[in-house]
Order: sequence, then structure tokens, then C-alpha cells
Amino acid sequence: MKRLKFIALVLVMLLVAGTAGAKTLKLAMDADPVSLDPHVQLSGGMLQYSHMVFDPLVRWSQDMKFEARLAEKWERLDENSVRFYLRKGVKFHSGNPFTAKDVLWTLNRLKKSQDFKALFEPFTDAVAVDDFTVDLKTDKPYALLLNMATYIFPMDSVFYTGKDATGLDKDAIVKTGPSFALTNESGTGPFKVTSREQGVKMVFTRFADYWDKSSPGNVSEIILTPIKKDPTRVAALLSGDVDFIMPVSPQDFKMVEKEKNTKLVTMSGGRIITFQLNQERRPEFKDVRVRQAIAYAVNNSGIVKKIMKGTATAAGQQGPKGYVGYKESLTPRFDVKKAKELMKAAGFEKGFEVSMMAPNNRYVSDEKIAEAVAAMLSKIGIKVHLKTMPKAQYWPLFDERAADIMMIGWHSDTEDSGNFSEFLTMCADKEKGYGQYNSGNYCNKKLDALVIGAQTETDPEKRAAMLQEVEQILYDDAAFIPLHWQHLSWAAKNNVKLEAIVNAQNFPYFGDLVVE
Amino acid sequence: MFAFIVRRIIQATVVMLVIGFIGFAVKHQLGDPVRDLVGISVSVEEREALREELGLNDSFLTQYGRFLMNAVRGDLGHSFFFKKPALEVIFAKAPATIELVFVSSLIILLVSVPVGLYSAIYPKRFFSRFAMGASIVGVSIPVFLTAIVLIYVFAVQLHWLPSYGRGETVNIMGWDSGLFTLDGVKHLILPSIALSSIMLPLFIRLIRAEMMEVLEAEYIKYAWAKGLSRKRVWLVHGFKNTLLSVITVGGVQLGILIAFTILTETVFQWQGMGFMFLEAVERSDTALLVAYLVMVGALFVVVNTVADIVYGLVNPTVTIASR
Repeated sequence: MKRLKFIALVLVMLLVAGTAGAKTLKLAMDADPVSLDPHVQLSGGMLQYSHMVFDPLVRWSQDMKFEARLAEKWERLDENSVRFYLRKGVKFHSGNPFTAKDVLWTLNRLKKSQDFKALFEPFTDAVAVDDFTVDLKTDKPYALLLNMATYIFPMDSVFYTGKDATGLDKDAIVKTGPSFALTNESGTGPFKVTSREQGVKMVFTRFADYWDKSSPGNVSEIILTPIKKDPTRVAALLSGDVDFIMPVSPQDFKMVEKEKNTKLVTMSGGRIITFQLNQERRPEFKDVRVRQAIAYAVNNSGIVKKIMKGTATAAGQQGPKGYVGYKESLTPRFDVKKAKELMKAAGFEKGFEVSMMAPNNRYVSDEKIAEAVAAMLSKIGIKVHLKTMPKAQYWPLFDERAADIMMIGWHSDTEDSGNFSEFLTMCADKEKGYGQYNSGNYCNKKLDALVIGAQTETDPEKRAAMLQEVEQILYDDAAFIPLHWQHLSWAAKNNVKLEAIVNAQNFPYFGDLVVE
Repeated sequence: MFAFIVRRIIQATVVMLVIGFIGFAVKHQLGDPVRDLVGISVSVEEREALREELGLNDSFLTQYGRFLMNAVRGDLGHSFFFKKPALEVIFAKAPATIELVFVSSLIILLVSVPVGLYSAIYPKRFFSRFAMGASIVGVSIPVFLTAIVLIYVFAVQLHWLPSYGRGETVNIMGWDSGLFTLDGVKHLILPSIALSSIMLPLFIRLIRAEMMEVLEAEYIKYAWAKGLSRKRVWLVHGFKNTLLSVITVGGVQLGILIAFTILTETVFQWQGMGFMFLEAVERSDTALLVAYLVMVGALFVVVNTVADIVYGLVNPTVTIASR
């Protein structure tokens, strides 16, 4: 009898201990993942999801270094290949073991995904040396191989092979219709998706067999609710209905900081906001002095202070600090007198009229920024006809290059300086896909050669020098008007230790989150 | 009666056809749905291939013809975002909106009738003057402001009520209802107050004005002279006759209430049709958009038909058949 009582007592204690350790995190984001298939769309939201349910080979640490995940270590074999040694004893959510086969399978699928195939273009067929060793190969030396490995989230090749109930291949990547991967997942990540009602609620439960036993994370369940409106999201945190919100709108920073039970964390992000001056539509913009005059006329520090309320860093170049191409000396320029002189020298003392377009729901305070810039340009005689519109209407017009000055924000998918130029400032080349978002039609063969050269340069120092020269050329040419890098922001209750899991990529590592 | 209903069904069909056409014409101006389906760095060719696959490159008439052919079979198209038939999405979201509108209407009814009658009968009393003043203020405050203030006071400051969403729902024969759980009712309070705040002042003023006019009428004087009780004069002779115009206006306003759910639902992250519609506009999820417009058009016709029938019941001198 005594023994029975003792056993009962132990059981009760275990139960109590068990529930005490179980933490539920109520998370509110501006949107929920569009699919359970990580390859269906390349977007911040989908990558955030991937980090919860899958694991990459390597991932970025807070100080922009590579951290081992499913790859335990790696070494460069030769110019064109890197060998990855995979972690052993890792299980997928389905129970299948993780091996080199899954890495090859995932890489193949990435090359088929409409969104990822361009990024994985340089990769040729990977080779599995044995079950836990993979050689990733590229067709030419590729400096960003490890950067790309952060996008390889191995999927369970056995689980995703075969036909589903409707006869469709289980590995099909379908953007607008039902598919197996849309509603089923099997990754190696810290969380399993246990319930999902699109646009309403998503529940993640901690995976019992998660390989990373050393992770401090103690969250056993995450309930993700999308809350679209900024004020409502903040109100949900302040009223205690949710524990963690992202993003936080700049005008709500004070409220979150003032409240005793909540805290705010911000970090400089990598998204640059710029204006492009279309040289094909406007011959005036072909004159470097006019472009420089505009660069001098725009007070980006003022915009950061007044409109962004200090939640951005004024920029003088494309890539922010921490990127290899960053050059300390390229600071924002603002000097109206000088701008006027340049306009006079170019023969446009009386100014001219231009059209400008900007989205009004894409970037933080985008409409206000555009209005401010238009007002600043009027001071040097450039009369701006500004039109702003929702992003759904803006992008088709951007593709048409419908205005003389257009706003574009960019975040480098590769977390590397070269990516900015490849999309924004290289000569437009439809075949190779360069300059796809270069609505300014700026074109400089020397710059193109440098950016393309940097792709295959594997010596970090030489590469940095090349990319810094790129920034210098763009600065001297005033190829575009840089405004600022947006900050990232998160807010949570005080007991949520979010500082440790956030990063400049905005992929919070929820698996490692500690809630007290 | 039967002929009346048949006529109404034909009218509804015409309305839906017209709305469908307008919606379809508008959708081409709403931007490119493909943009929302791909990452920003995806190449122009890939996007073009997807457009082709979705049939977005066909001519307007081809697309509209296809839409009509499918619509006849009850298929209003596929939502790009939800990756499901548009009607299925709308029906899944409808209960949330219907419950919100229902509770709001209830609030409007239960508040506007007593307040309107009281201030008509005792127009000079303090409460009547206060109600009139407050209703002027109420009618001029936009609903999203009311909503934000309610959230701030009752959720953020007082912690009495939840700030967003529907809370716990129970599924009753395929209908996700929040009316039968305490949590669900709590979540309903703020949004429905916010939504009713648009119509409440209007109805108070309408009932008051109508009632005052009726009270001046000859037959009321006659009723007083006959020595009928006050209750009978006010409620049976007075109020019943004010109801006529209230019902007509009510039918129209109920439709407007549905339109205002778009704003209210967005502020409260209320997962109904209004919120879904606004998001569909932003994503240019065109099939869902057109389907929503057609459904709401049908709803308007139904509501107005019901209002007409009720009107006939209240005032027997108006026969439905002759209208």
C-alpha cells in the first residue's frame, strides 16, 4: 500500500513537472504562411515558417556568421564544390531518418520551384558520397554557396514521394490549387504543424524527437494568429491576448515601451528603400550632375528622423553595414545649395517637371516618404507629380516603368551586396535576368563586369574590394537615390526572451525561444 | 404572393448578372494577382508562364464567357490565395459576418426603439436632449475610430474584453458559431458595438421623428379623447404606425451594415466575409472578389424582399400583389 502511494505521488509530481514545463506561446504576425510547402513561394513569411518546421543545412547567427544545423561541418574541396558532413540520428516528423538522399532530393525540388530556381541556377548535380556526406557542386566558382545553403531545408524525400489521393504527385509545387505539400509537412524542425485554418489560426507543437537536445528552447506549443492591422496587433499584446508580435509599427514603439509588462526589440535590417531616376524616359536624368543634384537635395537623415521616427538608418549606398560591399566613407549627402549649383551647371536652373510613383502599403510609411521627397525636389526647381497606390496596382506599373521616378525597396535574398546590383542597378538583360528592377535604366559596363566577377571570386578580400568599388561607382554616378535601411521590430511580454532568437534576416528561431 | 416571389427571383438573377459583369470588368484594374503568388525576384518569364497557366492572358470576353459558363454550374471560380473554390471560402466565412450583423442589429433594435420612443414622448426631458446630442456625435464618428477607442479602453486599459478575433467557436451543423460559448460572446461584444454605432443614432432619430409626427395625427387625438390608456395609445396606435418607415429604412440599412463589416472586421481581425473581401482586393484575388460581390448582391435582394413582405404584414392596406 505504501509503495502504491509512493508511486502515485511520483506520478503526480511528474505530471505537475510536465505541465510546468509546457509553455504555450501566442504569436501574432501580420500574415500567416500561405502554404505548408516551403518551396511554393520565396518570401520572408515562408522562410520564417521554414525555420520553425524544417531545418536548414546552415543558418545565420545574430552576428552574420554561419551556424551548423543539419550540416555539422563543411569544407571547400575545390573552387566548384563544398563538402557537407551531415548530422546523424536526425528524424523527420514522419519518423523517417534524415540522410544525404533527402538533401539531393530537396535540391532538385528547389531547382524546379518557380521562386527558387533562379537562386539555385549555379548549382549542378550534387553528389552523395555516403549517407551522411554530400558534395554540393556549382558550374563555376561560386562565392555564395554557403549563403545558399541557408535556403536548403531538407524535406522528407520518402514522405513526399508517390501520388496523393487525387493522383497528383506528392512532390508537385502548386501555387494556386490543392497539393499534397500544401496541407502536409514532414521536416526535421523543432515544431510540427498540428492544425491550420488559413488566415485564421495555425498551431505548432514541439516535435518530441527533435535532434537539437542542446537547444534552450522550452516552448511546447505555438499558436500563430495573423493580425493584419498594426494597431490591433499592438492592442492584442498590450491587452495580454498574445505574447509575441511582429512586426511593430514605428508609431506604436512608445506605447510598447511605456507598458510595464512588454518590451520592444529593434534591429537594423537589410532592406534598402530607394528612388530610381529613369534615364530613358527623361534625358535630363542622363546628366550625372542632375542625378547628383537630386541626391544632394534629398535629406534622408531628416526623413529617418521625422517620418521613420528614428526606426531606420539613413543610407548612402545599397548594402548596409555588415555586408561585404559596405564602404564606410559613402555617407548620405544633403546640401541644397550644392544641389542648386549642380542644377545650374547642368543648365536646368529653372528646373523641370517629372512624374513620380510609389506604393502606399508596401514599405513602412512609403507614401509619406514619397511626399517628403517630392517636396524636397521642389526646392531645387523640380516639380514632381506624385501618384501613390496599393502595391497590387503598383507592381504592374513598375514593370512598365510608368513614371520618371519610381520607388523600390530591396532586401538581398543572398544576404550579400552583389544581389542589390544584380536586380537594381545592372544593365537590364532579359535573358540573364539582370536589372529586372532597374527602372532607372542605369547601365554601366564596368559595374556589370565587377558584379559578375564577384560572383565567382572566392577570395573574400578581393571580393569585398570589388563590391566596394561597385558601391563607389554607384555613389559617384548617383545611379539611384538611396533613402534608408528599415529597422526590424519585434515586441513581446517581458517573460519571453526574444532577444536571443531574433536576427537581421527576420527569421526568429522559435525552436530556441525561452519563455520564463 | 407566388408571382411576387418569382418576380423577385428574376430580379435577383439580373442583379447578380450585372454585378458579376461589373466585378469582372473591375478586376482587370485591380492589379496582377500573379504578383502576390511569387517572390519579388522571380523572373518576368516565370510570371508570364504562370499568367498563361491561369488563363489571365485570354481576352476579356473569353474570360467572362468562361466565368459565366462555370457560374451557371454553380462554380464561381477558384481563390488563388486560399487555393479552394471561392464559394467554399465565402460560405466558411459567412457565419462570422452573419453573427456580427445579427448581434449588431439586435443591439440597434433594443436600444433605438425605447430611446427613440422616450425622446419622442418626452422631447423636453434631459435624457431626450442628451440622446439627441449624443446621436449627432455618434453619427459623425467613423467606425474604425469607434473600434480603436473601444479596443483601447476595454481591452488594453481595463482588460475586460479580448481585443481581436472570434475566440472559441462551436460547430453546429457546419455553422461555426461564437454565440454559444462564453469566450465567443465576449469576443462578439466590442465588434458588434462598434458596428451598431453607425446605425444606432440614425434609427433613434428616425423613430423619434416618425413617432412625434404620428403623435400629432388626428387619430391619436381621437384615441386620447376616447380615453384609451397611455400604453395603448403610444404602443398600439402610435408605435405601430411609425414602424412602417422604420422597416423600409431598416431593409436598406441592413445592407449598408454588411458593407460596414468590411471596416469593422478588419480592425478587429474578425474572420468574416468583409475582412476576406478587403484582403482579396489587396491581393487581387479576383475570383474571390467577384464571387463575394455576386453573393452580397444576392443578399441585398433577399433582405429587401423580406423587408417588403414584413411591410405588408404590418400594414395590411399595402398588398404585396399590387406592388
